[in-house]
Amino acid sequence: MTQQFYVSPEQLMKDRADFARKGIGRGRSVVVMSCRDGIALVAENPSPSLHKLGEIYDRIAFAAVGKYNEFESLRQAGVRYADVRGYSYAREDVTARGLASVYAQSLGAVFTAESKPFEVELVVAEVGRTQNSDHLYRLTFDGSIADETGFVVMGGAADAVVDGLRENWSAELSLPEAVRAAARSLRHDGLATPGAGDPQPSSQPVDPTLLEVAFLERDPDTLRGSRRAFRRIGGPELEHLLEQGEDA
Amino acid sequence: MLPDDAAAAVPRAASASFTAYLGEHHPGLLPTNRTLGPVTASTDASHLAPHATTIVSLTFPGGVLMAGDRRATMGNVIASRHIEKVFPADHFSVLGIAGSAGIGLDLTRLFQVELEHYEKIEATMMSLDGKANRLAAMVRQNLPMAMQGLAVVPLFAGFDTDRHVGRLFSFDVTGGRYEEHEHHSVGSGSVFARGALKKLWSPRLDEASAVRVAVEALYDAADDDSATGGPDTVRGLWPVVYVVDGAGARRIPERDLELVAHAIIGARSSAGREA
Repeated sequence: MTQQFYVSPEQLMKDRADFARKGIGRGRSVVVMSCRDGIALVAENPSPSLHKLGEIYDRIAFAAVGKYNEFESLRQAGVRYADVRGYSYAREDVTARGLASVYAQSLGAVFTAESKPFEVELVVAEVGRTQNSDHLYRLTFDGSIADETGFVVMGGAADAVVDGLRENWSAELSLPEAVRAAARSLRHDGLATPGAGDPQPSSQPVDPTLLEVAFLERDPDTLRGSRRAFRRIGGPELEHLLEQGEDA
Repeated sequence: MLPDDAAAAVPRAASASFTAYLGEHHPGLLPTNRTLGPVTASTDASHLAPHATTIVSLTFPGGVLMAGDRRATMGNVIASRHIEKVFPADHFSVLGIAGSAGIGLDLTRLFQVELEHYEKIEATMMSLDGKANRLAAMVRQNLPMAMQGLAVVPLFAGFDTDRHVGRLFSFDVTGGRYEEHEHHSVGSGSVFARGALKKLWSPRLDEASAVRVAVEALYDAADDDSATGGPDTVRGLWPVVYVVDGAGARRIPERDLELVAHAIIGARSSAGREA
């Protein structure tokens, strides 16, 4: 004879939120920042193939922290949503706002109805023709959605990274400068350097193999003759980009 | 959100195909799901819609090139002088369409999304053979329409990033996929274009001379096939030419094609011969 105990809705929601927050707090940080030449996405990610950053559509990118299987299935669903929409209407009818709002509905439904909420936090970023028309939507595990300006930091030590970034960020940064600023502030969370116990940010450069970097370029047409703004920066290009900052 | 049988998710994920996804969830959006009803001996819809004509493609060391004329016809009428029938499929491949123009354009759009979709889902590009197989499957799905006169026969060319060569593929309406060597052409003027290509093509062409050979082959096709358009000096319309090499697919600029077309017309005029 089992008896169902009464649990107040407040308690239920709080437990679920605590559970999801704990899962996300274990994740390494991701920075998404809008700047002069586009949007820079920088993630701490030791794996070169299990991506936290992804392309959704021509001018839309996806960044996530949390459980890989959960955000990967959301990313794939987002790609399907965008491709179906762009195929049945037109390419310019796919917007980050539309995608973010279906993500919010899906996350919200899982948070209230399923046995376990998604332990993920997402950013849907859309690069505009001008910096004023850039969009950064932050979605949390419970389906709440926020329209951010400037930059967004997600992950376990987000507060420390935000503090570091506040000094370095400005709207006038170029994409390489933005990546260097993000890499510098990611050091603040103590995860990017192997000696995690080191309290003060050391002057040694961030190891490029621990970073995953992508750009949403503002003008891919003139830069590369492509309508797809998303570009991954890796290998020698990333090393070179980070080294340049050390010289300056 | 969790599936009933979690292991069933694995085989379901085997297909990263956009077409398969559309077929399952939005079947009405698939161009091949439109049919004209049961096939009878008298059903022939070929006169209802414009026809796209000649496409030529040829390889050269380090790449492959595809060119198409600018004409679409409906019976004896010129339906369009501006139509473009060669398109980039993705970064390393191009396709050209001959046959029923509307269906061909739909097929092209679906194929472009198919390749981009795979690339985004899998975070890697499909192999060139994979792309050719996907296109063959799409052409096969159009078979019921082809039986009613609305056939599409694409020509597909791309740069194989593993083997570092340009390759080209032709198709038939049943979904047969054939790898072609050196050069190939499809469409109503293809017989004449192929004759020209046989004489003009050589294994040592560079990119500029390959462009000239392609434009000249289309010129010869237009000379003998009324459904193929030649260079239009009055309106300033030149063939659409794409080159694919290790750096990707790019379109040859109009002004280059104008010079090539004028050079060919000039050479033919000064020769002053019948052909």
